Amino acid sequence: MSVISYQEAALQAVAEEMRRDHRVWALGEDLGRGGVFGQYRGLREEFGPERIADTPISEATIMGASVGAALVGTRPVVEMRFADFALCAVDEMVNQAAKARFMFGGQARVPMVIRQPSGMWRSSAAQHSQSLEAWYAHIPGLVVVAPYTPADNKGLLKAAIRCDDPVIYIEHKDNWALEGEVPDDIDYLVPLGPARLARAGGDLTLVTWSKMVGVAERAAALAAAQGMEIEVIDLRTLWPWDQEMVFASVAKTKRLMVVHEAVQVGGFGAEIAATVAEHMADVLTAPICRMGAPRAPISYAKPLEDELRITPELIMANASRQIGG
Amino acid sequence: MPNNDAHPNHNIDRDRLVELYRTMRRIRAFEEAAEKASLSGQVGGAVHLSIGQEAVAAGVCANLRQSDQITTTHRGHGHCIAKGTDPGAMMLELFGKEGGTCGGKGGSMHIADFKVGMLGANGVVAAGIPIAVGAAHGAKLLGEDRVVVCFFGDGAINRGPFMEGLNWASVFKLPVLFVCELNGFASTTHSDAVTAGPGANARAESLGLEAFEVDGNDVAAVDALVGDLIPRIRGGSGPSFLSARTYRLKGHTSVDPAHYRDQEFAAAQWDNDPLARAAGELRRLGLPGEQLASIDSDAAAEMTLVSDAAEAAGHPAPEQAFTDIQDIGAPVWREQA
Repeated sequence: MSVISYQEAALQAVAEEMRRDHRVWALGEDLGRGGVFGQYRGLREEFGPERIADTPISEATIMGASVGAALVGTRPVVEMRFADFALCAVDEMVNQAAKARFMFGGQARVPMVIRQPSGMWRSSAAQHSQSLEAWYAHIPGLVVVAPYTPADNKGLLKAAIRCDDPVIYIEHKDNWALEGEVPDDIDYLVPLGPARLARAGGDLTLVTWSKMVGVAERAAALAAAQGMEIEVIDLRTLWPWDQEMVFASVAKTKRLMVVHEAVQVGGFGAEIAATVAEHMADVLTAPICRMGAPRAPISYAKPLEDELRITPELIMANASRQIGG
Repeated sequence: MPNNDAHPNHNIDRDRLVELYRTMRRIRAFEEAAEKASLSGQVGGAVHLSIGQEAVAAGVCANLRQSDQITTTHRGHGHCIAKGTDPGAMMLELFGKEGGTCGGKGGSMHIADFKVGMLGANGVVAAGIPIAVGAAHGAKLLGEDRVVVCFFGDGAINRGPFMEGLNWASVFKLPVLFVCELNGFASTTHSDAVTAGPGANARAESLGLEAFEVDGNDVAAVDALVGDLIPRIRGGSGPSFLSARTYRLKGHTSVDPAHYRDQEFAAAQWDNDPLARAAGELRRLGLPGEQLASIDSDAAAEMTLVSDAAEAAGHPAPEQAFTDIQDIGAPVWREQA
């Protein structure tokens, strides 16, 4: 076990998988110099320019070429730089990567990991700050992963690289420096699917993912000081999502809150809320609470940007109402 | 306008031309059978016919190894057959039946046959270009000496992935032959009306590719030129670009009467039918008429059998709608109440 950052954890994951399997390679803009966030630092020196490939700014072809390269037996790690830029490659993700195995009757697989650094970090405005995970969870054929801890960023990324499905891999840009204990074992894998119990509690189930896990944990600490115990579930994988853990928790707490940084309207929280309502309405003692961003583009100026952020205090206020009511 | 007995400016071995003609005739017979099944309602989805364009498919694929790979478009039956896909499995796929190339999951626009290097037709114009480029990139990474041929039409050259894909192939010096079939149309719009500048080859050349032109209705000419290009590409020359001028003798789909084109001009294009031209050349080379006729009747008989078998075949089991989607998080099939 070592204490390393979220960024270093991802770097280790890619390096270890590239050493393990010669078919794994990474491609994207500026990877040779280490990637925009340093998440590929040093890999060019170890693996050379063919396996750590600097590409043109051609998102559609970064994605489409990766589909072709995956169909013929390589395992690309596709760097999109910012999740917002992946929108230039939606046909290649949604119509090609996600569909090829099915459309071709199972003749081929598309083993590729599509890394999409997401979310608000600092004054990056409307085209460098979005959280669009719900879009991909909607698409049959895709797996959607959004790790929060450094350990998960290593174990889930390694599992995603070994997975034969196309995986949308969403790292939060505000998490790169987050440190935590990470296993050194080169076969440390976190399975795609199961959630992680981030904090146990009996009064309210709070389901969240990515950076919001940390915000929820701070809210839970505030609540605990007032005698309310919030159970925080870090979903980790959005598709498939861990219904079993969520249902078991709601059966215990009888209350559900879902929190995400993405716009609330049509967000993935709606899917979780609806599923719990369909199956457990008789168990719930309070209306389900959803918290997401307002349906507004993300602002540049800090006071405006902050209007769109979910804070521990906002969560705490809603939790108090749910538990108190 | 070349007539059927025009003397070509190239020499071709008669036996080779017989085989090219046979491939074209099988493509034509397959598509005529598919057209019939489409118009009768036995084939439900859109069927995009390449009737009139067979010489490109036949002439290009005759120069490929089975391990070489191709991508094609919604108008791809000819490329599949020329690359070696079984027309029986293709027709089953068009009929949406069990045993189709894709188990009935794809239909005409998504035929794929990986075992013969047919990496899939595509329903999105130009989408096969980055995929072909990536297949070649993969071959290079894996150290395999495959060549990838990417077929597309003149409609594709106005999409971004065309520029991106050609640039990429050129930058990474990939073993790709881009084959642009200039069939005159972008769906139901005349290509010329929506394409600026001097055309596909100029665009390719501007990205560092060597670009060639060929009469795409002259199968021997296509064969000869591609026969020169493939070994160079396999040898590491980087990508090349080939424009093959041809004409889509039918509408955009089997049910499109194509009223948007000059009917007199369209009718005259049948004089330039690549099959008729190859037949004329074969007669000039002394092939007995009965041999030519037997190629035609064999192809027709083969495709009649194929259609009859597809009609008689069973439908895929309903739970197949839920398979081959993904390993992690796949949907669970439940019988409908």
